[in-house]
Amino acid sequence: MDRDLNLGEMIITRLINIAGYSAIIFVGMIFYFLLREGLPTLNEVNFGNLVSNRWYPIEAYFGILPLLGGSLVITIGATLIAVPFGIGTAVYLAEIAPRWVREILKPLVEVLAGLPSVVLGFLGMLVLAPFLRKYLQLPTGLTAFTGSLLLGGMAIPTVVSVAEDAIDAVPKSYRDASLAIGATKWQTIWRVTLPAAKSGVTTAIMLGVGRAIGETMTVMMVSGNAPVLPGGIRALFKPARTMTATIAAEMGEVATGSVHYHVLFFIGMVLFLISLLINITASFVVFRQRQRQERILS
Amino acid sequence: MNKNNQKITIQNLILHYSDGTESLQDISLDIPAHAITVIFGPAGGGKSSLLRVLNRLNDLVDVVKLEGEVYLDDLDVLSPKTDVIALRRRVGMVFARPVVLPMSIQENITYGLEIAGIKDDQRLEDSLEKAALWEEVKDRLDDPAVTLSGGQQQRLCLARVLALEPEVILLDEPTSGLDPISTGKVEESLQALKEDYTIVLVPHSVQQAARTADYAAFFLQGKLIEYAPGNLLFTNPQDQRTQDYVEGRFG
Repeated sequence: MDRDLNLGEMIITRLINIAGYSAIIFVGMIFYFLLREGLPTLNEVNFGNLVSNRWYPIEAYFGILPLLGGSLVITIGATLIAVPFGIGTAVYLAEIAPRWVREILKPLVEVLAGLPSVVLGFLGMLVLAPFLRKYLQLPTGLTAFTGSLLLGGMAIPTVVSVAEDAIDAVPKSYRDASLAIGATKWQTIWRVTLPAAKSGVTTAIMLGVGRAIGETMTVMMVSGNAPVLPGGIRALFKPARTMTATIAAEMGEVATGSVHYHVLFFIGMVLFLISLLINITASFVVFRQRQRQERILS
Repeated sequence: MNKNNQKITIQNLILHYSDGTESLQDISLDIPAHAITVIFGPAGGGKSSLLRVLNRLNDLVDVVKLEGEVYLDDLDVLSPKTDVIALRRRVGMVFARPVVLPMSIQENITYGLEIAGIKDDQRLEDSLEKAALWEEVKDRLDDPAVTLSGGQQQRLCLARVLALEPEVILLDEPTSGLDPISTGKVEESLQALKEDYTIVLVPHSVQQAARTADYAAFFLQGKLIEYAPGNLLFTNPQDQRTQDYVEGRFG
């Protein structure tokens, strides 16, 4: 009897171990493959070309700066939209909305987070882009700004959902205590509830940014796909192209093993590095807060 | 009881929650100034509800029925026209579990002052002094408030209320989670504070009620059974139910 139990225990432990290690192995393999296909770039294309501002692969101009710039502009734009609106909505849902509104809106927001990006891109092309062209009087509605708007909109549900959970988890007693000494509802939210939910809200923002920077389909459809290095604020209202869109658009037509092919993988490496940096920053922030809390509690 | 000395007047107060769990049935009660009035009785008797009416914290929960009158001096507490924020600054509250805000010790005090627009550095020390906490925290004011022990946290909550110099202090089982030594300190502070404030205390035991009460009100299932000066109520209760509860026959 005892042996059976131990055997079952052992099998389950092994299975869990395998599952855990396989995740590490898969990530390692992806990383290896990325490096194998991407690193030859450094031999084949000279560095000056790589950091130039011209992306024109047919003529062997492989400047990735315009793509990096495009990603940066669109992501920053999307973050600027998603963070205030997302946290605002989360605060409204958790603190202000009557219960029935919240019970309807919260699931709706979460459904919105699962909307396929092609659908959003389609809406963006047919509705948003013509609208912007008409009212901002632009030569084309397919601009970095359009991409930012849509990506921001896509990130909002993620931010709302995670941030609302974090705010909701703040004990009611904090609010009572703050109100009982004569704070208004707004002072309580701003000075007590939000700071108490800080680490959850940080996670929400990071997840939102992560979603924006990795998004491909929508930006490819609505931001115009012109690999131009953005300069100044006006670049926001011109077409732009992101790293992800470049890989998605060109990978299908490139000859395997060619220079162009390697450069596309090199771009993938850069993307990987960026999201790694964001993740490390985020977990560092959360880790430091947790460490502080543990110090406090012990 | 001297009628001129009433701080809070409650007349025919009726309160029902939407889920019907706890309610107050036709409560009339005068709470005198500069004394400790103890409201005690078994759980679910409406003690906390009554306290929460006095500074309108009940605004936040589902109350389906609220009738009667509550006056703080001449202020109609329940009137929709009453400025709730100003009311809560006059009527401070300390909760059963110490709720320190997630900030430093000092900020816990100054938060209330800042939102009230008060700039007075002396109040920090004064309020901590009155709550018998100053000596223990004066060298670590910037530490997070959660690093304090439970008893210290509760006294910090008391200091936070005192810093705003309210007229009435409501305490809802302020010592329920504390050890006897901390409890003693809080009770000592209260005895000193009643010179300047009106104190309404929901004690966590009959013994504490008997120790601290200048006046005592016995609540049972939403009804006020008996209200008398503490020394009378605990030695010579007029109602059989009060006597049974005080002697520990139920509860």
